[in-house]
Amino acid sequence: MAKVLVVTSGKGGVGKTTSSAALGAALAHGGDKVVVIDFDVGLRNLDLVMGAERRVVFDLINVVQGDAKLNQALIRDKRLENLSLLPASQTRDKDALTEEGVARVLDELRQKFDWIICDSPAGIERGATMAMRHADVAVVVTNPEVSSVRDSDRIIGLLDSKTELAEKGGRIEKHLLLTRYDPVRAERGEMLKVEDVLEILSIPLIGIIPESEEVLRASNVGSPVTLNNPASAPGRAYFDAARRLKGETVELTIPTDKKGLFGKLFGRRAA
Amino acid sequence: MNLLSFFNRRTSAPVARERLQILLAHERGVVGGKPDLVAQLREEILAVVRRHVMVDQDNVQVKMNRDADISTLEIEIEIPAPVAARA
Repeated sequence: MAKVLVVTSGKGGVGKTTSSAALGAALAHGGDKVVVIDFDVGLRNLDLVMGAERRVVFDLINVVQGDAKLNQALIRDKRLENLSLLPASQTRDKDALTEEGVARVLDELRQKFDWIICDSPAGIERGATMAMRHADVAVVVTNPEVSSVRDSDRIIGLLDSKTELAEKGGRIEKHLLLTRYDPVRAERGEMLKVEDVLEILSIPLIGIIPESEEVLRASNVGSPVTLNNPASAPGRAYFDAARRLKGETVELTIPTDKKGLFGKLFGRRAA
Repeated sequence: MNLLSFFNRRTSAPVARERLQILLAHERGVVGGKPDLVAQLREEILAVVRRHVMVDQDNVQVKMNRDADISTLEIEIEIPAPVAARA
């Protein structure tokens, strides 16, 4: 049974694309068939982060409008054969995304893949609402910082009211992914703690990705951090989050790159 | 509270937390959650008051004012004069 997962946040620059690529690669590494779709029409970047920027021929809008077949637009990852990418258009307007068109593409993808990961653009306009519209599961990417938490709260409200599932009276499964977390600063009272963000947003936690230079290193070379350095702190944290998405119970820790004091601090479980 | 925060009370994260909690309590009322908080408050307050005094629906005014710094909730209930006093 295919699952449509939206990676969203409201605020830009918090790690949606990084997380979409990393979770997609982690799920594919576990054997699932995964496609990651870039919904950021006009400002695509998933292709670059996944190292496929020179292989883009057709895009999501070509498929939505019937100018290309799905198979022509899908780009298969060179490292993992069961991982694919559907890029966004760089030249078109986001209004070219029609609800029916997107629904048709997603239905076709449901036949071929186990996970359809929709990488949402920032904001709450058309691209973002289209990315979440048909989702079964949402990962809300949040930084421990006031503007990000506020925007996430807004997005949670939209997930509960503007998605197809919500309109039918259902409840979309929502998970918090806390990124760029620095446990040392949080402990010093310089950064919102995991508990603070959880209390404010009150959705279950799927993972904590520690702030790490490995994330930039991976995007520099065009590889999801879970493939570029699976043993790194963010790599391990994303692998754990992917296992929780699959329903496994994985003890919640904050991995560290160095032998740190705080790595084993949180023995809590993800809900 | 641990030793560190005892000696260093001017940490910024608790401020962030408090500001967010106040802000989001407002925004949720407007955007998602409860679309008509005032109407709901009005009903519930009226129900409580009616347990003790009979008041007319029209004699209850609930106003909420939201400003940048403070918000106020104003409740005005007109209670009919006791029967004895009228005579």
